[in-house]
Amino acid sequence: MEGEQALCYKVLDLTHYIAGPYCTLLLAALGAEVIKIEKPGQGDGARRLGPFFKDDPHPEKSGLFLSLNHNKKSITLNLKTETGVKIFKELVAEADIVVENFRPGVMASLGLDYEVLQQINPAVVMTSVSNFGQTGPYRDYKATELVLEAVGGLAYSTGDYDREPIKYGLSQIQYDAGKTAALATMMALYGRAQDGVGQHIDVPIVESATFPIESLHMNSYIYLGAVSRRSPKIGGAVLMDKYLQARDGWVLPIFYGYVDWYEFARFMESEELANPAYETMEGRLFHCAEVEAIMAKAIEKWNKREMYRKAMDWRFTWAVVQTPDEVAACPHLKETGFYTEVDHPVVGRLRFPGLPFRMSEAQWHIGRAPLLGEHNEEVYVGRLSYTKPDLVRLRGRGVI
Amino acid sequence: MSKMPLAGVRIIDLGTAAIGPTTTRLLVMMGAEVIKVESLTRPDTVRFGSHADDIIEGRFWETGGRHIWSDGGKLSITLDLENPKGKDVFKKLVKVSDIIAENYSARVLKNLGLDYEVLKEINPQIIMLSMRAFGSSGPRMHDIGYGWSLWAETGLAHLTGYEDGPPKATIIPFHDYSGAIWAAFSAVVALDYRRRTGKGQWVDVSMYECGVAQNAAAMMDYIMNQRVPTRRGNRNPAIAPQGVYPCLGEDKWVAISVTSDDEWHALCDVMGNPQWTKEERFANGLSRYQNHDELDRLIGEWTITVDHYEAMHLLQKAGVPAGAALNCKELLLDPHFNERGKFHRVTFPKVEGMEHLGTRIIPAPHFKLSKSPPQVQRTKLLGEDNDYVFHELLGIPVEEVEQLIAEGVAGTEPALAKTPIASGKFNPPARKLLGHIHEWDENYKEILGLDE
Repeated sequence: MEGEQALCYKVLDLTHYIAGPYCTLLLAALGAEVIKIEKPGQGDGARRLGPFFKDDPHPEKSGLFLSLNHNKKSITLNLKTETGVKIFKELVAEADIVVENFRPGVMASLGLDYEVLQQINPAVVMTSVSNFGQTGPYRDYKATELVLEAVGGLAYSTGDYDREPIKYGLSQIQYDAGKTAALATMMALYGRAQDGVGQHIDVPIVESATFPIESLHMNSYIYLGAVSRRSPKIGGAVLMDKYLQARDGWVLPIFYGYVDWYEFARFMESEELANPAYETMEGRLFHCAEVEAIMAKAIEKWNKREMYRKAMDWRFTWAVVQTPDEVAACPHLKETGFYTEVDHPVVGRLRFPGLPFRMSEAQWHIGRAPLLGEHNEEVYVGRLSYTKPDLVRLRGRGVI
Repeated sequence: MSKMPLAGVRIIDLGTAAIGPTTTRLLVMMGAEVIKVESLTRPDTVRFGSHADDIIEGRFWETGGRHIWSDGGKLSITLDLENPKGKDVFKKLVKVSDIIAENYSARVLKNLGLDYEVLKEINPQIIMLSMRAFGSSGPRMHDIGYGWSLWAETGLAHLTGYEDGPPKATIIPFHDYSGAIWAAFSAVVALDYRRRTGKGQWVDVSMYECGVAQNAAAMMDYIMNQRVPTRRGNRNPAIAPQGVYPCLGEDKWVAISVTSDDEWHALCDVMGNPQWTKEERFANGLSRYQNHDELDRLIGEWTITVDHYEAMHLLQKAGVPAGAALNCKELLLDPHFNERGKFHRVTFPKVEGMEHLGTRIIPAPHFKLSKSPPQVQRTKLLGEDNDYVFHELLGIPVEEVEQLIAEGVAGTEPALAKTPIASGKFNPPARKLLGHIHEWDENYKEILGLDE
């Protein structure tokens, strides 16, 4: 993409896996210089997570890692050595932002908590991403995406009425927490201009699993005393909670706000639907099983995209369930410039999703992810005062 | 010392429903001045739903729980943008503002003659933040879409569900909230850019792209290996066993993830090491994954005897990732969230002709800045800040403000009769019968400690 870079900050990135790297990816794509600090020899754990290019589990071939680390510079540094900590502090002196997602307490045990970093560089903004946050009784609890969705309340809200709660596909909450960290970091940087002093940001991933249910479900309790559950026993399609089967896939009409029900019945070509008992949302709820059955019958003769186009023409909202291959081939996304092709020395040329917004002045850019330790020389020799022979010695001692 | 990062930033909020008001919620809580602009004939639909105590009488447009959650702390003005006088006032407001946030469909502001090209003539430094289902370019730019349709369109529905079942829908419009984080982020990026370069700009957010971006693992599997991943419930080949297991009580569950052999042995210890845990078929991650159905049944025999909170604490103490699947009532009472100060209590003034809200809980944002505690405040009444904004901020003479009100361009009483709005009662007892809700506590205020 052409255009001026949006951000001019320097980021020290101690993160690994998904949430932390997604935060620094957004900053990197917008022009910030992100120095990714990886464990010597191993690197970011996401390098060992699939999917892999041609199913080869090579640390430079993880599609997950490649998609999360565009534009970043990779250096290796062992923070469990004294020299490693000293080098890190030299980098902190030059940085605007430090992002980390270790377990709470780890930065302090390395002698690198916010108080220490602030003494080195009062302007630095430190962003800590962790499962349950830096304080509270569950602070040290272990978690996975599923555990976070459970404790955050998202899982209880997802699934069939009489079956177990289920998690969202992939790692949605890790991504939401990552962009939340990027948002909070940008806020702190913007506010920093007031006094030139940074601050410490605490991003609990679990609260990203609470945020999406606050408005609908949590408020049902705060204002009505009602505990929402998963999908209803019957008639879920009336509540946007169950897809109906078209000839070639799954679809769903979306009822939000005022719906001219008789117009909808004409659109569905169903006289049965044009029943005064179904005219209001309240009425449809009480007859939800019937309404769902009639809609299902009206839909089964259609192809999913024909039905969608017709709904758009009639100004009804409609959903079509797309599969990942359909999304990859989506003509709309081709035209909006969402995907970018990137050359990489190990996997060659691949297409990646970009950032979901366009700016009329500044732009984002998606370049390639770094090889492990690729920028050691550039950073240690070019930026700090180390020599090439120093690097050989540091490597020998397991520092880099 | 506390400092609000967005102090001095003025935002005109034209947002409706979910993504718009949620985006500005995140910004107002960190110190921006947000002026919510609504028309009397079409007030924001977020006002209608979760009305306090299910009372839809009097000024019920002020008592919707979703509105209070979204709009707390914002100034409220009314303005008919289809009226030439209303348009003039709006343009005056644009002149003194930093950001305009809107999530109308792509045609609306253009048809009103208020698109970015026009607004930047009035204020070249203005940042316009547009949030649409499919963005503002490409063949689908005019398609209507909400969070529920994007759940399907982005591929997430296909990737969510039981292994043996159809794609799973959810009533939570996830992409509205997920997209709001994006939109708020891009707004602050644009502010930062403007401070450095002096340039305003148009930021065009696509909710569809927001969702696809975080399905990258599935997209990359298809792009790299031409494989189309599908749903597999709670399972993960790298984490076995992983599942949500039934606990003591009605609809109580605990999530358990075993990510290593050490965690497997710790789980076995907590379960009391029954004989079956020593069987060869459960000896390593791969064999546990291959025998997952049977393993789930056996683990469930233990979990069903334990309270879900107790199971979480026992397992965590032994080093096993586990979490009770909390419902919203449990979340509101949970010691962790409460100790972290998640749930602010906000007291509302008594207003004539309106159900008294008393004290209610408004959750803080899902991040914390050490020196900038969030501003969590009550909602203003519709049009409460008309005088302040029109007269004090924009310098419109009192007589002219009165004229705007007399002509219905502004005011404090929505003309709801002109626009039918779906806002039936929630009716908790009936919903419980239909299985739409799990439980209904008539004494919920007492349970939450909200009694005055």
